[in-house]
Amino acid sequence: MTNSIIQIRNLCQSYHGQEVLHNIDLDIERGEFITLLGPSGCGKTTLLRLISGLESPDSGEIIINGHDVTQVSPQERFVNTVFQSFALFPHMNVYDNVAFGLRCQHVAKDEINERVIAALEMVKLEKFIHRKPNQLSGGQQQRVAIARAVINKPLVLLLDEPLSALDYRLRKNMQMELKALQRQLGITFVFVTHDQEEALSMSDRVAVIQEGNIEQLGTPREVYEEPNTLAVAKFIGEVNIFDTEIIEINNDDLTVNIEGRTLTLKNHKGFRADQKIYTLLRPEDIKVWDESEVTDTSNMLPAVIEEVIYKGSLVDLSIRLPSDRIIYATEFFNEDDDTLNYVHGEKVWVEWYPGWEVILPHED
Amino acid sequence: MKTNILFRRISINIIWLWIGLFSLLPLLLVFVTSFLSQGTNQFISYHFSLHSYAQLFSPLFLEVFARSLCFAIVTTLCCLVIAYPFAFILARLKTNLKPLLLLLVIIPFWTSSLLRSYAVVILLEANGPLNSLLIHWHIIDKPLQLLYTNFAVVIGLVYSLLPFMIMPLYANIEKLDQRLIDAARDLGANQSTVFAKVVLPLTMPGILSGILLVLLPAMTMFYIPDLLGGAKSLLLGNLIKMQYLAARNWPMGSAVSIGLTVLMGGILLIYWRFTSRRDRQALV
Ligand SMILES: Nc1ncnc2c1ncn2[C@@H]1O[C@H](COP(=O)(O)OP(=O)(O)OP(=O)(O)O)[C@@H](O)[C@H]1O
Ligand SMILES: [Mg+2]
Repeated sequence: MTNSIIQIRNLCQSYHGQEVLHNIDLDIERGEFITLLGPSGCGKTTLLRLISGLESPDSGEIIINGHDVTQVSPQERFVNTVFQSFALFPHMNVYDNVAFGLRCQHVAKDEINERVIAALEMVKLEKFIHRKPNQLSGGQQQRVAIARAVINKPLVLLLDEPLSALDYRLRKNMQMELKALQRQLGITFVFVTHDQEEALSMSDRVAVIQEGNIEQLGTPREVYEEPNTLAVAKFIGEVNIFDTEIIEINNDDLTVNIEGRTLTLKNHKGFRADQKIYTLLRPEDIKVWDESEVTDTSNMLPAVIEEVIYKGSLVDLSIRLPSDRIIYATEFFNEDDDTLNYVHGEKVWVEWYPGWEVILPHED
Repeated sequence: MKTNILFRRISINIIWLWIGLFSLLPLLLVFVTSFLSQGTNQFISYHFSLHSYAQLFSPLFLEVFARSLCFAIVTTLCCLVIAYPFAFILARLKTNLKPLLLLLVIIPFWTSSLLRSYAVVILLEANGPLNSLLIHWHIIDKPLQLLYTNFAVVIGLVYSLLPFMIMPLYANIEKLDQRLIDAARDLGANQSTVFAKVVLPLTMPGILSGILLVLLPAMTMFYIPDLLGGAKSLLLGNLIKMQYLAARNWPMGSAVSIGLTVLMGGILLIYWRFTSRRDRQALV
């Protein structure tokens, strides 16, 4: 018995001869909150529809709780979905919507009543039992959709961008509520979003999907700090990418040329001298020094401040390098530090904490 | 802008004039006539009388009415049973042939329905194609008497009225959200539950308007029973026609017409009460 509740093997799906999912392999662990993150049209909904059984794959298999369900119809899969558009039944009131799943299973009337009330209390909608979906706000509809899915006690709950229709504040609220709900119920959540911030803040693990491939699977920290590919790095958060030339390799040290300067980096990944590489840096990993503050500038890049955006606890800088390239840096305020008074046109030195850079090979 | 408003005023007024002249005025005349009595020399004599209305409740008329209703109901059910799957498949087709297929449904509208009824006569004749085919396949060995039976009348009515059932159903099913069906299946509904709990309730407005559009004309289409039912199937429509043209009893014909109009009005009213504004708008 593995700890995986869902195992996906070599899953392929295409529409009209166009492959939408390529050889997807994914293990989802019992009780985890996993997020499928990717841009619009990358195949997130398709993957969920394959898991829920609303669509059957061209090839590959899906194993849920140890059983191969690839050919099993949706009603026998113990998986429920919160749809991208909620898909509440417009002709039924809130109660009947939520009771739908239990009625399909022919649960006894008293028990249905008990569980529906409990589910509606959980999402704080017990006062709206007799309303029709079109008499509810977006956030309320979304809660009904969640209650309607959760009430069936599925092994896995699939959530397809359930928050995308909500405004910013409600969205933040619902993120916390969903997370709390998942902890409380102990159900495995497969959450789909194209919002990277949402993915990072809510998930135990994130699967970054690009054009039908899982580019990277890992904890939010891993995908943010150690992206496997340029695409992942670019999709999640802001990143500065430097085309880098290897000059020399000494044991663990890489001597490289970045923006015309010779710098020394650590060679963690065993690059060879003839390889073309990129150096990636998150804005918050970049340190900006005033000219007067530094003496040894051997491992730094000269630059000029282009723009300064104060954001309360931090400041966003765009900085122009001698090659006219603009890079971005984020500096955090330190209570007893008043050196963060950058002005437009000021000459500075740029460096980063050694080892915080990510080095990736060119992808050909 | 101004000419636009002017144009709208004029066209609306013309429509009103049209309805008034060719719909309201005749109805008014019929209404008045129904309260007069049958004349000896002229069609009507101008004496107020409720005689015609009293006649409406005579066993003969009630029988005709009951028979008409029966025919209309059978016709409507047949239309519904045929049209629903048809409209469903048509609406769910994932091809760009849809408009063409829909056109094929509509084309018969462009031919006179009287002509189409003659076509049915030819089909059902003793030595017509249907009988020949059945004999050819050795299903029967001598021609069936199909023409001039109730069966023929129902066939004729269904054939003429089927598009009126298909169109509203199609319009309704076309708007049915596939995601709701997906949601039902996801929640554990099997095919029949999906149909009974989701598809059927959501297409009810289409079904109701289809019924309305078929049931009412089915009671009054006089030429179809005339042509296909011979003298045997006397329906309300035939009765009205007979009163006017054969018996020359205009007040009686008018009273039957008014009775029918009131009945239809009643059914429409019920329909109005039991459908929401949104349902009705969904059909247009
Ligand atoms: N039923 C279908 N028929 C044809 N193409 C489809 C179908 N469903 C999805 N596709 C195509 O598959 C690709 C992936 O679609 P999918 O809905 O999975 O994207 P998504 O990642 O959920 O995007 P979004 O974030 O916009 O919801 C798209 O290019 C889409 O056009
Ligand atoms: Mg989607």
